[in-house]
Amino acid sequence: MKHKMMYMAAWLLATGMVFSWIAKAQEGKDTIKVGILHSLSGTMAISETTLKDTVLMMIDEQNKKGGLLGRKLEAVVVDPASNWPLFAEKAQELLEKDKVAVVFGCWTSVSRKSVLPVFEKDDGLLFYPVQYEGQESSKNVIYTGAAPNQQAIPAVDYLMKEVAVKRWVLEGTDYVYPRTTNKILEAYLLSKGVKPEDISINYTPFGNSDWQTRVVQIKKFGSAGKKTAVVSTINGDANVPFYKELGNQKISAEDIPVVAFSVGEEELSGLDAKPLVGHLAAWNYFESINTPENKAFIAQWHAYIKNPKRTTNDPMEAHYIGFNLWVKAVQKAGSTNVDKVLAALPGIETPNLTGSMAKVLPNHHITKPVYIGEVRADGQFNVVWKSAGAVPGKAWSEYLPESKDVISDWVTLKCGNYNTTTKKCSGQNYQ
Amino acid sequence: MSNTSRRDGRWIFVLLLVLLGVGAAHGQSAADATFLSTLGELREASFPDKEAIIERMTQGGHPNTRVVLTAFMEGRLFFRNDDQNIFMVKSTDESLPALDLIDPLSLKPAGSAPVENLTLIDTNNHLRSVLRTAVARFGLSSPDPAVRLDSAREMLRSLDEPTVALLRQRSTVETNSSVKKEIATGLALAALDSTDAETRLGAVSTLRNSISQDVRNRLESLLDKSPEGTYVESDERVRKAAATAVKSIDRSRAFYADIETLFFGLSLGSVFVLIAIGLAITFGVMGVINMAHGELMMLGAYTTYVVQEAMPGHTEISILVAIPAAFIVAALMGILIERTIIRFLYGRPLETLLATFGVSLILQQLVRSIFSALNRSVETPAWMSGTLQLNEALSITYNRLYILIFTLLVFAALLMVLKHTRAGLEIRAVSQNRAMAKAMGIRSEWVDAMTFGLGSGIAGVAGVALSQLTNVGPNLGQSYIIDSFMVVVFGGVGNLWGALIGGMSMGIVNKLLEPYSGAVLAKIFVLVALILFIQIRPRGLFPPAGRSAENQ
Repeated sequence: MKHKMMYMAAWLLATGMVFSWIAKAQEGKDTIKVGILHSLSGTMAISETTLKDTVLMMIDEQNKKGGLLGRKLEAVVVDPASNWPLFAEKAQELLEKDKVAVVFGCWTSVSRKSVLPVFEKDDGLLFYPVQYEGQESSKNVIYTGAAPNQQAIPAVDYLMKEVAVKRWVLEGTDYVYPRTTNKILEAYLLSKGVKPEDISINYTPFGNSDWQTRVVQIKKFGSAGKKTAVVSTINGDANVPFYKELGNQKISAEDIPVVAFSVGEEELSGLDAKPLVGHLAAWNYFESINTPENKAFIAQWHAYIKNPKRTTNDPMEAHYIGFNLWVKAVQKAGSTNVDKVLAALPGIETPNLTGSMAKVLPNHHITKPVYIGEVRADGQFNVVWKSAGAVPGKAWSEYLPESKDVISDWVTLKCGNYNTTTKKCSGQNYQ
Repeated sequence: MSNTSRRDGRWIFVLLLVLLGVGAAHGQSAADATFLSTLGELREASFPDKEAIIERMTQGGHPNTRVVLTAFMEGRLFFRNDDQNIFMVKSTDESLPALDLIDPLSLKPAGSAPVENLTLIDTNNHLRSVLRTAVARFGLSSPDPAVRLDSAREMLRSLDEPTVALLRQRSTVETNSSVKKEIATGLALAALDSTDAETRLGAVSTLRNSISQDVRNRLESLLDKSPEGTYVESDERVRKAAATAVKSIDRSRAFYADIETLFFGLSLGSVFVLIAIGLAITFGVMGVINMAHGELMMLGAYTTYVVQEAMPGHTEISILVAIPAAFIVAALMGILIERTIIRFLYGRPLETLLATFGVSLILQQLVRSIFSALNRSVETPAWMSGTLQLNEALSITYNRLYILIFTLLVFAALLMVLKHTRAGLEIRAVSQNRAMAKAMGIRSEWVDAMTFGLGSGIAGVAGVALSQLTNVGPNLGQSYIIDSFMVVVFGGVGNLWGALIGGMSMGIVNKLLEPYSGAVLAKIFVLVALILFIQIRPRGLFPPAGRSAENQ
């Protein structure tokens, strides 16, 4: 009797140990961790929270399809709180502590610059979903947002050719993205024969709300008898008072059109869009584009977020593309190992939401179609121009003297900034 | 399919009317039918087609053309999905579930329709400028002189043969003097292209008194040289007259530009004053450093949003309702903060600062949880948008003008409360000498709470004004708190007049610097100047005087 009890106890103990061991092994093996690095508080929460939800939705969807490589995906969400140094800390936490296979994250260029050294040191993989100033190509980052040649340059071309604009105001918020973009645009305009006195460049602080003087200056600059347009790299929040002031001073889109690179559906949903009607925005995606993929995506988004009034926007599409690219690369590599996935990524294609294909290029950028839309009173866009097919993203601008000979190729050259005249790879120099 | 057949039906109807040889009495209805059918074509037209249709409608000359095209230009032309009929709507207020329809023929109300059942006939930039010119041509014969003036101005922007002919025709019958002047300007501009030097000279002398930028540019172009080195304008007398005219126009424009800068300075200053006077009371009179002051403004702005949502279709008056509502909400929140936190910390400024900073974070998260992190859109009522056009070189935006007036009203009201009411007397008594005030039977604790509530309420009212200028979001307060402390420190702690003069002068200096230095540097200059000023006069512009000052 006593022996029987002891055997039983030993057996129970043993099976218990085996089960717990199996469970433990499965816990580590059975899920693939996906890091989400978007601010959920602070100034950028407005834009970034939506992107977190987009990735969660994509993970949910993938798990419903049975996961990836037979394993479930598990989201690891961290909040870098719109604080740039905290982005680096949280990235380190994701890579070293949680050992995530991939990270979707960052919005502002400064946050991306802050996490870059971490991703390179720990050999992580980051999908960056926002349009940016270019002049960068890291081994560990896939840029799914637009480079300047996929947004800014086509927009200026459109104004020059279709609207016959002769005089240019480059208006921006005072930080790295507008300054670099405007530097490229100025060089581009000068190369097209625009006279220096026909270009006016100005910067205002973050969240500027008093636009009276500047709008008067723009009005004056625009009344010299030549068609004038404003190319705006004004950051999110400051746009509302800017457009309001334009409306109040009776500058309509017919007189001086404003083409914006940071104003999308999400931003317009927070303001009264009537004073903006007719102004332009350049993006790679608009919610109003009528394709079956886009309709399905919008329906899926509304069902997931349980609010039929929420809009979709360009960076969300970039995450949609980025997530699908990563899934395909993992399937192709048969592993989530960062080096194997990075080797598999160039050449991978996935349909975007507007009816063309997004393909990863050797420079870690992707092909994207360019659309220019006019703002409607309901905060959506009417597409007035689109590029003839998808445009391949260029990491380095050919219009700036310092980068015109630099190319990026992670497949054959294994270098993000190879100088074709000196035949040298200068290593990771982000300037 | 049914669509086309219906349209065919209408065409047959028109044809029948014409074939039946309708008499003069029925001529009107035939024109109506043509008008309607032309209008109907807009439903499925592409943008270039729409332009052709507008051209045809303009030439058709139906009396309603102007009204309909204006509605088209303003995005108020729809067709009803179930019967494909075209209607204008009164306003496109998005908060309304149904829109009031106007019949394009009778111009009478035609019931209403839900938004889902209406499709907008949309326009683009090019089409809108075509429409603007078309509407202007009709407007020139309007009985309303204001419409005629606008039309004449609009036509000056795009002078071509038919426009000039229209202007010339109108100039013989026009009676209103300002419209006459605009027409004369237009005809003179056209006359500059004349081959006769005397005519050109006459035109220049007519244009000399204008202050319009377009006229100035046109005159200056007379002084240009062609690539071969010869003057575009061959006659030297005309060139000389044009050069003098350009100079005189520049002089008067510069004068108006200075006035404009002054107004901009005052309007920026009025925002500074508005955000600072609440603080002048809590910080100045009570000595409490309230870091949550900005969040109380934010609460005021959100109150404006809630009031607007609660009154759909009444944007025009909701903002007026929001003023007392925001005052009450912010004041109650202020009293709550004072009763639960600040009263335990009087005389410990550092702890107060930390505690109220914590409160500010809590309030931010509170609105984030209730309203989400996204900005809320507060609509600007029509009477607050647009500009007051004083003359061609000087215009003042209404929203800034109203906020300037509003600030002065709030300031006056606050001054009255403090100087001429029992409560104001008690507030001043407690702030000057608490022990003595208590001895006189004043409930100092109650006064503290009321004072803090008053300061907070004013912050809420400032929030209503800010909702018209900037984004209503959880971070609204943060972006203004520094400015408001700067104004109070500059003006002198505890002095309302100091806040007024300090805020206004900071605004003006900022705006004087901005054209030269840019907005970023102007802000920095003002900050540096303020630091230097505090070194010389540590107690600000109007230092507190008398016994109370010595205690501080």
